[in-house]
Amino acid sequence: MKDFILKRMAAIILPLMCMYGFYVIFHGHISAGGSFAGGIIVGLSFIAYSTIYGLEKGKIKLPEKILTLTESYGTLWYVIMGMVGIVKGAPFLANKLAGLNPGTPGALSSGGLISLLGLGVGIRVASTMVTLFFTMKEEQT
Amino acid sequence: MKIKNILILVLVLLAAYGILVAVAELPPYGMPDNPVHNQVSERYINEALNDTGVPNMVTAIVLDYRAYDTMYETIVLFTAALAVVITLKSYKGGSKT
Repeated sequence: MKDFILKRMAAIILPLMCMYGFYVIFHGHISAGGSFAGGIIVGLSFIAYSTIYGLEKGKIKLPEKILTLTESYGTLWYVIMGMVGIVKGAPFLANKLAGLNPGTPGALSSGGLISLLGLGVGIRVASTMVTLFFTMKEEQT
Repeated sequence: MKIKNILILVLVLLAAYGILVAVAELPPYGMPDNPVHNQVSERYINEALNDTGVPNMVTAIVLDYRAYDTMYETIVLFTAALAVVITLKSYKGGSKT
């Protein structure tokens, strides 16, 4: 697209949008929102970028190599975090049962494994959205 | 053709009758003694903060009580993206299939 106003507004809004998505992911356990919603917001910021500035520039911002890595290792990160329970002698994906300190409720670093699991899910959702968009857009052109 | 249409109509009416009977049996909306308000939701409401240390109850359920479910949800996402990439992605040159 060649609209000047759209491009300048996107340049102002999209970085904040991406940052807000990561905020929602990291604060998923102490405020409203969660990793799914945050991942969608992060993915949407990249999708909007490549819609406005073109697919080539979007692929420079988020190269296929990084997409492949996040696509592959998002779920694996989740499973590895679940293995912490087994290492500590508790069931798979155990949190408090594994003896992890839940911390003070409301602090950012609380909830044991929950925020780490949420990070995995958020990255997973974002990369899936972006991959689906890139693949379909590529096929369309 | 005519007989087949009549048969389809009868089947549809039977199915609609079954569904409507089931709807008539539903408990009234929002009553405190409905079957959904059992010990499971009580346990979540009362003990989620103690069990997980997380004030957001939805996150506590999704990522702690139902962590297996979320894991397979991410695997479902992975499979969906994999299927789309396999079906739609065209490699330039055509040798890397």
